[in-house]
Amino acid sequence: MAVLTYLEAIRQGMWEEMEKDERVFLLGEDIGAYGGAFKVTAGFLDRFGASRVIDTPIAEAAIVGAAMGAALNGMRPVAEMQFIDFISCAFEQLTNMVASTRWRWGASVPMVVRGPCGGGVHGGPFHSQNMEAYFFHTPGLKIVEPATAYDAKGLIKAAIRDDDPVLYFEHKYLYRRIKEDLPDHDYVVPIGKAALRREGGDVTVVTYGSMVHTALESAKALEEAGVQIEVIDLRTLLPLDEEAILASAAKTGKVVVLHEDRRRGGIGGEIAAIIAEKAFEYLDGPIVRVASLDTPVPYSPPLEEAYMPNADKLTRAVKDLVAY
Amino acid sequence: MPSTTRRPGRAAARAGAGEGAPAAGDGLSGPQKLELLYWLKLNRALETRLASLFKQGKVLGGLYRSLGQEAISVGSAYALGPGDWYAPVIRNMGTCLVRGIPPRVLMAQYMARSIPVGGRDNALHFGFLDQGMVSTISPLGGLVSVMAGVALAFKMRGEKKVAMTYSGDGQTSTGAWHEGVNFAAVQSLPFVLFIENNQWAYSTPVSRQCRLENLSGKAAAYGIPGETVDGNDVLAVYEATRRAVDRARGGGGATLIEAKTFRRLGHSEHDDPRRYVPAEMFAEWEKKDPIDRWVKALSAAGLIAGPAIGEMERRIESELDEAQAWAEACPPPDPATLTQGVYAEA
Repeated sequence: MAVLTYLEAIRQGMWEEMEKDERVFLLGEDIGAYGGAFKVTAGFLDRFGASRVIDTPIAEAAIVGAAMGAALNGMRPVAEMQFIDFISCAFEQLTNMVASTRWRWGASVPMVVRGPCGGGVHGGPFHSQNMEAYFFHTPGLKIVEPATAYDAKGLIKAAIRDDDPVLYFEHKYLYRRIKEDLPDHDYVVPIGKAALRREGGDVTVVTYGSMVHTALESAKALEEAGVQIEVIDLRTLLPLDEEAILASAAKTGKVVVLHEDRRRGGIGGEIAAIIAEKAFEYLDGPIVRVASLDTPVPYSPPLEEAYMPNADKLTRAVKDLVAY
Repeated sequence: MPSTTRRPGRAAARAGAGEGAPAAGDGLSGPQKLELLYWLKLNRALETRLASLFKQGKVLGGLYRSLGQEAISVGSAYALGPGDWYAPVIRNMGTCLVRGIPPRVLMAQYMARSIPVGGRDNALHFGFLDQGMVSTISPLGGLVSVMAGVALAFKMRGEKKVAMTYSGDGQTSTGAWHEGVNFAAVQSLPFVLFIENNQWAYSTPVSRQCRLENLSGKAAAYGIPGETVDGNDVLAVYEATRRAVDRARGGGGATLIEAKTFRRLGHSEHDDPRRYVPAEMFAEWEKKDPIDRWVKALSAAGLIAGPAIGEMERRIESELDEAQAWAEACPPPDPATLTQGVYAEA
């Protein structure tokens, strides 16, 4: 057992996969000598050499395109977006090429695109975004977003071993704020499986990423008020673990979907629709979304605080739903 | 970085592709030169057949022909070795033929049948990994970095193999194209990129894409060799590709080759280019027809004569008859298969 931060867990997962499988390599901006903007890849260059830890030009479309070509040709690339916001520069590659390839002509594209997402660190509009909704609509991609160090390691390993392209969103707020004892043995967290983080019978909170911790914080306050929430950590956003969502919705009859991404067009809408279609008879109230406001991500602390969900906002929403 | 960028003089560039006989000293045997003629004629005959099937409503969607540009596909593909990978763009049916895709498979694909890819995408939008063929896509430019990535994998594994793809003159305007070429250049990858300059991107002339006389001049910006060749001279295309492929295989990195040619038909079968292309260009470029020129060269060299040419053409038509019958017998795709294969496990 060793206590690792969320960031160290990602690093260790990639490191182990690179030790185990010489097809795995990294490419991205400033990932080599510099070790990455957040130091996720610190030390990789010395251990694995410049041919497997490739510092690229500032060219996200080429990074993702080249990763796809290498994946077609037998490799297992892990591409880093310095900030996940910049994945928009490779939107065309991901949605038109990477995602459709298996379906269009049967070729496997085993690649990972990972990068730091999310706000709460005053990064402003271009260093704080959550990009999952843009890609959630695209068949052929998988999307994961870990909330714990254990999952961070287990999901990066699962993503690297997966035969489909996986977007791995790591929340930068969690990088060094959370840590846990991780097992010494090799393990993966299966893609497509949610985790039950807290049991409760009154209201289900379906969430993922950094917001899992927000939900658990809110759970304490709610418990004092006599309300028990059940917290579902999705871990994988595409494909969604519908079974876990529906089972909890059926159990509590009241559901809040909580995500840090914006409300309109966020994946919370899809989750709400799935519940409405498939668990309608169990519901005792409206499916409620708690999400960020429909503006760009603001920079200044009071604005960012107003923009993002937090434990207080969730607590109020849950109490309103309980009272419904 | 090699400094072998070859830039023909501006006068030569303005004159476009020459009408002279192909250069000698190419290292190809007589039978190989005849084989080139076979591929050129098969390329044209197959597309002509597809155009006829298009009119009959049997070829569906778009049909993008390469009339007058066949020498680029055929000459470049002929220079690849076993194990090399390629990605065609829409007018590179000749590349697929030379690399071993049978006409019957191409016909079935253009008729939206269940072979080769279940009717999921049209035209040359298909691939065979086991034959090193990567599918093209419609958004332009992105394929460049994909094929650079294919080359990167070769380099990482120390395999002496080459990746090649094509772009039109219009495609060179995209950001993705630039990113891809630059990536291949910086990484010194075994990569060959053609700019098939047919002077028209749909209805837009190349002068509205770029100020360069020779698009191979773009290579200078990336510090890689660039060369402009007469795209209607199959031997010149072959030789230029051969040089680039040899350089790539030897660790010399990427090469950009501009092949100058002209699109003698519309962008697609529905399109009438006479609405926007000056009439004299059609007459001028018909005279530079790459197949006529190659026949002349082979005849002058005593490698082929009239009767043998007729025999080759009859053989091709008979092959296409068989291919068409086979393709028309291919079932259309079953809608029940539509949701399969989105993911590996599905």
